[in-house]
Amino acid sequence: MSKIRILAGTKKGAFVLTADGRRKDWQVSGPHFAGWEIYHAKGSPADPDRIYVSQSSGWFGQIIQRSDDGGRTWHTPGSDPAARQNPEGMPQGESNKFVYAGEVGTHKWYDGSQHPWEFKRVWHIEPSPTDPDAAWAGVEDAAIFQTTDGGKTWQELPGLRRAKGHLWQPGAGGMAVHTILPDPKNARRIYVAISAGGAFRTDDGGTTWTPINRGLKSPYELPDPDAEVGHCVHRMALHPSRPDVLFMQKHWDVLRSDNAGEHWTEVSGNLPTDFGFPIEVHAHEPETIFVVPIKSDAEHYPPEGRLRVYRSRTGGNDWEPLTRGLPQENCYVNVLRDAMAVDRLDPCGIYFGTTGGQIYCSADGGDSWAAAVRDLPAVYSVEVQTLP
Amino acid sequence: MIRVVLPFPLRQLARLDGEVELAMAGPATLGAVLDALEARHPVLRGTIREHGTLKRRPFLRFFVCKEDWSLEPPGAVLPEAVATGAEPLLIVGAMAGG
Repeated sequence: MSKIRILAGTKKGAFVLTADGRRKDWQVSGPHFAGWEIYHAKGSPADPDRIYVSQSSGWFGQIIQRSDDGGRTWHTPGSDPAARQNPEGMPQGESNKFVYAGEVGTHKWYDGSQHPWEFKRVWHIEPSPTDPDAAWAGVEDAAIFQTTDGGKTWQELPGLRRAKGHLWQPGAGGMAVHTILPDPKNARRIYVAISAGGAFRTDDGGTTWTPINRGLKSPYELPDPDAEVGHCVHRMALHPSRPDVLFMQKHWDVLRSDNAGEHWTEVSGNLPTDFGFPIEVHAHEPETIFVVPIKSDAEHYPPEGRLRVYRSRTGGNDWEPLTRGLPQENCYVNVLRDAMAVDRLDPCGIYFGTTGGQIYCSADGGDSWAAAVRDLPAVYSVEVQTLP
Repeated sequence: MIRVVLPFPLRQLARLDGEVELAMAGPATLGAVLDALEARHPVLRGTIREHGTLKRRPFLRFFVCKEDWSLEPPGAVLPEAVATGAEPLLIVGAMAGG
C-alpha cells in the first residue's frame, strides 16, 4: 500500500507526518530545528528521500538543511560525509550564502521611494523535477536562486529582477518569490509569482523573464489597476498534464490563464469572498481546483468564522463549499499561501495547514475532512509526498 | 585561549555543548575573534555577521566584561580578561520579539 508523507513548516520548527494510503492514522515526528521558523520543506520528485528545508530566524538569518533519508537525519549541505554520520561532528556547510548577483539595485519602498535589495530569507524551495541535486529558491527580497550541487552553493538568476524589479514593492507580508512552477513538459519554462511584483515566466531556463500579468486588475492596490507589474499575486498552481493552464489566487480575485499567462480571466464566480492565499489543482482532474476564501485583506480569517474549502469542478466560476469535518463556528485561523497540497492517490487527498496549528486532510477529494494533527505552531507550509 | 559563549540556537546549529575555546595568534580584536570562530565553525558564517559586509546582524549583541560591545568596530582590542580567557565574549540574541 502506498504511503503518504506530509512535510510541514511551522513558526517554531518542522514536522514530518506519515500514514498509510488510508490517510487516517498519522505518526508525527518533530519538531525538527525547534525554535526556528521553517518557511518551507519540500522533497525532490527525482529522489523522494532528498528533502530540502528553509530554516530561518530574525536573529540568526537563513540556513538550508537537507535530508537524504526521508527526514530522519539532517545536515547543512556542504558538510563532509564524516560529519554527517557523527552526531557530534562539526557541520562545515555554508549553505546559507545567498548573495545577489552584480549591483544590488533598488526596488520600490512602501512610501514610493527606491530601496536597496536586502536578502531576508528563503520562502520557497522547488526541487528540480529530474535532478535531486538541483533546486530553485524563491527569496525575500524577491529574487530566484539556483543550486546544482545539492544546496551547497546558491547562485542568483538575476534576469528576474531585470523584469522591471525597480517597480516591485513589498506588501504587508514582505516582497518574496513564493511560487516556483517548473513546466513539466518544457524544461526551459518556469513560472514564478511575487507579492507584490506579479507573475513572471522564463522560456530560456531562467536567463530572461517576462511579466505575465495581462488581465489582472488591482484597483485598490495600484494607481494603475492594469499595471504590467506590481500586482500582489498570492499563489499560482498548474496541473502537470496541462502546464499552459494556470490558476491564480491574487490578493483579491481568483483567475485562470489558458495560454501560459499571456492573458488572465477572473473566475471568482460565486465565492463568498475572492480574497485568500492558497490555490491547488486536483491530482487527476485538471479542471478541479481548491481555494480557501478569507474574509478580507484586513481580516485574515474565514467569513463568519466558518472554515470552508471551496471546490470548483469547472476550472472556476462555479464553486461549492466543503465543510464536513471542518469547524463551522468560532474559527478564526488563516491558511497561508504555501500551506495547501495534494497527494497522487486515487481518490486524491487534499491537505492544508492553519495558523492555529491544525493540518487537515481529506482522503476523498475534498468531500470530508479530518485533522491529521492539532496544536502545532502556526503552519507556514504543507507539502505532500506520495511514496510507494 | 579565548572563550566564546554562543546563544542556544547557534550552539544547536554548530552542534556544540558549551563554550568555544579559540587560540589566537595575533591581537585579540573583536573582528579577529569572530574570524577565528567562523573559521572553526563555517556553519556560523552569515548567522552572526552578514555575508559580504560582515556587519553584525541587527538582533545580535556582543557583551564583554559586563559592557555592551555591539557597536564597537571590528578592530577594537578586547580587554585583557577576555584575551587571557578569564572572562568570555558573550554573543547573545537581543530581546526582540517573542
